Amino acid sequence: MSNSEEDFNFAYLDEQTKRMIRRALIKAICIPGYQVPFASREMPMPYGWGTGGVQVTAACLQETDVLKVIDQGSDDTTNAVSIRKFFERVAGVKTTENTGKASVIQTRHRIPEQVLSEDQILVYQVPIPEPLRFLEPRETETRVMHALEEYGLMHVKLYEDISINGEISTAYAYPVKVNDRYIMDPSPTPKFDNPKMNFCPAIQLFGAGREQRIYAVPPYTKVISLDFEDYPFEASRAEKTCEICGATNTYLDEVVIDDKGTRMFSCSDSDYCNSRKS
Amino acid sequence: MYVAVKGGERAIDNAHRWLEDERRGDRKVTDLSVDQIKTQLSLSIAKVMAEGSLFDPELASLAIKQARGDLIEAIFLIRAYRTTLPRFGVGKPINTDKMIAKRRISATFKDIPGGQLLGPTFDYTHRLLDFKLLADGSIDEFEPGKDTEQMFQHVTQLLNNEGIIETEETSSSEADSPDLTRQPLEIPANRALRLQALTRSDEGFLLGMAYSTQRGFGRNHPFVGELRIGLISVEFEIPELGFNIEIAEIEISECETVNQFLGSKIHPPKFTRGYGFVFGQSERKAISMALVDRALRWKELGEVSDGAPAQDEEFVLYHGDNIQATGFVEHIKLPHYVDFQAELELIRKIRKTAFEAKKDE
Repeated sequence: MSNSEEDFNFAYLDEQTKRMIRRALIKAICIPGYQVPFASREMPMPYGWGTGGVQVTAACLQETDVLKVIDQGSDDTTNAVSIRKFFERVAGVKTTENTGKASVIQTRHRIPEQVLSEDQILVYQVPIPEPLRFLEPRETETRVMHALEEYGLMHVKLYEDISINGEISTAYAYPVKVNDRYIMDPSPTPKFDNPKMNFCPAIQLFGAGREQRIYAVPPYTKVISLDFEDYPFEASRAEKTCEICGATNTYLDEVVIDDKGTRMFSCSDSDYCNSRKS
Repeated sequence: MYVAVKGGERAIDNAHRWLEDERRGDRKVTDLSVDQIKTQLSLSIAKVMAEGSLFDPELASLAIKQARGDLIEAIFLIRAYRTTLPRFGVGKPINTDKMIAKRRISATFKDIPGGQLLGPTFDYTHRLLDFKLLADGSIDEFEPGKDTEQMFQHVTQLLNNEGIIETEETSSSEADSPDLTRQPLEIPANRALRLQALTRSDEGFLLGMAYSTQRGFGRNHPFVGELRIGLISVEFEIPELGFNIEIAEIEISECETVNQFLGSKIHPPKFTRGYGFVFGQSERKAISMALVDRALRWKELGEVSDGAPAQDEEFVLYHGDNIQATGFVEHIKLPHYVDFQAELELIRKIRKTAFEAKKDE
């Protein structure tokens, strides 16, 4: 395996597979929040490392695209580096760390702080696409629940959270309702990011490789985090200031910097932080 | 600055170089050749080919070498390669009656037409370490007898002639045999799809599932009607030629179990079947597969499920794939600090509220 041109089709996947994925993507766009089964392929990286996102990105990429890959909000995390290098090798596309300059952004666990635009695609890596999975382990059951819009179980769970802990004890992968119809898992992003999905101008695509599901949120679509009137949803973050750029409105990483457990807080979105610093 | 997340690219490159170095090991020792693996570790190769769903001993050997002997990693290499191959079409159904068996035994009859043929089995070896192999590996060549050049009718066919075992349905069209590697697995799955999933499932997983049925979690009273291992030819119809040509000869293991019967006063009872089929010499897995296949058939045979794990097709089919399993289990070592941060904030908040409430008491 030497280099891209000889050994691989553009963006690794063969055209038949890309067509199969694009069909699933179109279906997903047409039914916002609905999980479309697709014939996920084995990729040259393990399941759980973003194979779903990689397949969706591969199916979307064109030669003129500029790709950004983030993991935990940062372009520098090892798996983001690995996926970015993969596409540099098999697609030869330009890559960037600059959120504004990217046409396709693949992400794990974060939505960039900078507001996305209409000419961008945000591709999420999804481990468990089914928001009802931990309430009902059977796929055969949860598919019926979605079909019948039978979401009472989820509301009971949220209510029980409040009765036990005084608030909804979901901090990430916080369930949303898309276009007033499907309950959807936003992937394990912190709930701080949920409001960014609502009426987002960019296309949001979700790929779950191991679970063989694709779903989507079209541009300018209503995405509401589930809550109760007396317990409204709250996009929480550490109530601190970024010690690098001074931002007070971003999602922060908490870093232990010495043996005594001293903490430092800094932006999880490294590109956003860098752009404010310079 | 959080140094741990910086310099990822250089860290990855160095990790790969270190890995390669460790794979090669002590340079004073001769490099292990792919041929040596192919000819001397054939049972590892069988596992990699079966669970990688690709019959190619040479590539399986290469994968084992590259994976440093980690068979799941080798299976993963084969799967990732296999998925890039074009699919030309569907081979003709293979007929295991025509197998040239090197091993063929039945546990249900003392003697069978053609005889019992032990073949190269560990079964009656005494598990004593052979310290001679430490020093000198030279072994006399063995010439199998003429018995191994015959074809045999299946033992279950003898039972079927009497009508006391259910007849296997053959699928009538390609649509009855969907391709698990080209379509998403959807439940309920028909038997053809279940068998596809089982034959590429992890051997250890299937073994545990099969064992659980024997210990009472979905018991189905199995007898090994027949176990055979040997070579069969694979034929493919070339449309331009209009006839079948032999494209490969592959070694497979096949196990047919004879299981407890069904029936009533009106319908005479019949034995039922479980079926196992695996690439290469892999009878542990072929037997396990037959037991699990039979356990999963409760619905079509009109039985009542015990609710045992081995009878639950969603449980068995979704969790038997070791490449999916190893990926997802191991992925929790990837960074999750964004989510952990969200949990930290939440737990601090809930704890604070709880402490304040306690103070107010």
